Amino acid sequence: MRFLLDDEQRAFARSLNALLTAADTPSVIRSWAAGDHSPGRALWSRIADAGVFALAVPEAYDGVGPLPVELTVAFVELGRHAVPGPLVETVAAASLLTDPGPAKRLLPGLASGETIATVALPGPDERALDGDAATVRLTVGGDALRLAPGHGPVCASIDPARRLTALDRGGELLASGPHVVAAAEEALTRARLATAAQALGTGLALLDKTVAYVRQRAQFGVPIGSFQAVKHQLADAKKALEFARPLLFGAALSLRPADVAAAKVAACEAAYATARTALQLHGAIGYTAEYDLSLWLTKARALRTAWGTPHVCRALVLCGTGGLGGGLGGEPGGGLSGGARRS
Amino acid sequence: MDLAFTPDEDAFRSEARAWLDSHVPATALPSLETEEGFAAHRAWEAELAADRWSVVSWPTAYGGRDAGILKWLIFEEEYYAAGAPGRVSQNGINLLAPTLFDHGTEEQRARILPSMTSGEVVWAQAWSEPEAGSDLASLRSRAARTDGGWRLSGQKTWSSRAAFADRAFGLFRSEPDTPKPHQGLTYVMFDLRAPGVTVRPIGRLDGKPAFAELFLDEVFVPDEDVIGGVGEGWRVAMATAGNERGLTLRSPGRFLASAARLLDLWRTHGDPSDTALRDRVADALIGARAYQLFTYAGASRFLEGERIGPESSMNKVFWSEYDIALHETALDLLGAEGELAGTDWCEGYVFSLAGPIYAGTNEIQRDIIAERLLGLPKGRR
Repeated sequence: MRFLLDDEQRAFARSLNALLTAADTPSVIRSWAAGDHSPGRALWSRIADAGVFALAVPEAYDGVGPLPVELTVAFVELGRHAVPGPLVETVAAASLLTDPGPAKRLLPGLASGETIATVALPGPDERALDGDAATVRLTVGGDALRLAPGHGPVCASIDPARRLTALDRGGELLASGPHVVAAAEEALTRARLATAAQALGTGLALLDKTVAYVRQRAQFGVPIGSFQAVKHQLADAKKALEFARPLLFGAALSLRPADVAAAKVAACEAAYATARTALQLHGAIGYTAEYDLSLWLTKARALRTAWGTPHVCRALVLCGTGGLGGGLGGEPGGGLSGGARRS
Repeated sequence: MDLAFTPDEDAFRSEARAWLDSHVPATALPSLETEEGFAAHRAWEAELAADRWSVVSWPTAYGGRDAGILKWLIFEEEYYAAGAPGRVSQNGINLLAPTLFDHGTEEQRARILPSMTSGEVVWAQAWSEPEAGSDLASLRSRAARTDGGWRLSGQKTWSSRAAFADRAFGLFRSEPDTPKPHQGLTYVMFDLRAPGVTVRPIGRLDGKPAFAELFLDEVFVPDEDVIGGVGEGWRVAMATAGNERGLTLRSPGRFLASAARLLDLWRTHGDPSDTALRDRVADALIGARAYQLFTYAGASRFLEGERIGPESSMNKVFWSEYDIALHETALDLLGAEGELAGTDWCEGYVFSLAGPIYAGTNEIQRDIIAERLLGLPKGRR
């Protein structure tokens, strides 16, 4: 047992963090939100060059993966910097492309960052993220995987960086059969894990920004961070985020749907609670679109329901149900790893 | 990064499981917080100690197995999964013994530890005073120099287990009028049946005498019952407080077992249409797993030579709030039956309510998290 990231994984996180810190993501996010994808595309290439998307793609198709722990490390950093675009969806797309033909045709482009993918799986999440920016749009309907020819109009999200679009049904059939259904389940699990990681990173950034703010913001002649009413909210945010982190990496190791669902609940609830605290402690300045904090605040809300609401994920934890079409075969009575032995 | 146990650790788990399967009483012992239950739990400690399961992480010389922290966690998982009794000796084992290992003498360890592990001597803590709670350093009970030892006078309160325990340990003011309140304190052990000690049991919320007030009137304590240097008590005690808040007070095994019992309760009593309650049951499962994995991560860091520092305050806030939420969910699942006293769930609920208060209140823990982990400035409490 060594339930810690190794030196290489930590170095990867640090280098990605440095790359994204230098990238001035707030201006990239604002361009993306306005429909100007070019700064986002440029950043996407650099993230691909850092090896992020290759982590989701098998070696046979120019990737180095799948490496779920490293992907989780990467998505925490992507979330920390609120990087825009269908990052999660591109990872999910890699899981859908299991047939050799489509895999050979599309996976190398995903790994290299030349193509950006989005995905619509069956179920309530009928809108795909950034269908207008994606160059590969995949849909699963029944047991058929298709390449969507186009997308519907862009719907604005509460998170301005998330541009939601319906994907055209129909289009070229890439694969069909029961293995497509299984791949879609796997894609859902991978997307959910990446979203949880992204949410944790979003929450960690909100905490850091708020700690920095309350240390320098003075009222009554002292930093507001010296007040217990302020400290205790931040202590609770820290606690919630730090207890979500091991669930996330435990889920990356097991990839069991119930473990991933648990990580999604904990990370998204912690990030959202941190967002509420961040807004409250910033006061009125935090309530403005102009101040960059808003880019993280709104993302924490949107990620909470993306790729599985808290309710759906809790049901999966408890009953082994709540996957695509409501059934994963189930492990009645809780599918979490590590549970107590029962007599 | 992995969560794998070695074959040796798996074998240890199997051995612990086999022993527990054949020794854990088939019917639960009476409540620990009654005279009858206290005696029954004391006998259980002797049974554990006889086969060296009482203190697995201690050196073999003191009745342990020299098992590292991972095996201790494994033992605790098996212990609670088997439904084994609560540990009446836990104040001694988890609070006093680590202090003796770090600051005691060889003579003290040889004299005190064997009877502690066997349950022959059960220890109570004596920290708080009527005017010294979270601000523990403001305590006033005195230790006055006398021939061959000290005379203790003053009042201690909220002394867990003291109603039926044999001995106690705590801090006393050995030098009056020091410049700072945490100076001039000395760590002392004393006999609860010594002349001059009056123990007045206090009924907790459900009336059970889970703790007591101690009145000390010139109670003689020999020099050999002082731990660490005279006047060094604060530093010695804080090492204990670190242990109490850290990994040793509430092991994940306890909550994994409680969550599994809650899941069973949901299966037998849950209304499938009550999805709000269902979500709370799911949160109990998620929280138990989070606590287990958080502890594995902490143990992994500990094994690499890091000390468990102020992050143990996150641990304490987490489990104490978790424990209450889990028991509230159970009582809600039981519906109108939930208010009945005397059930395991009701007893567990009453016990859980104390969690955010003892071992350093959660307000103090949140201050520690904010100041030492987040770097926020100190301010008035």
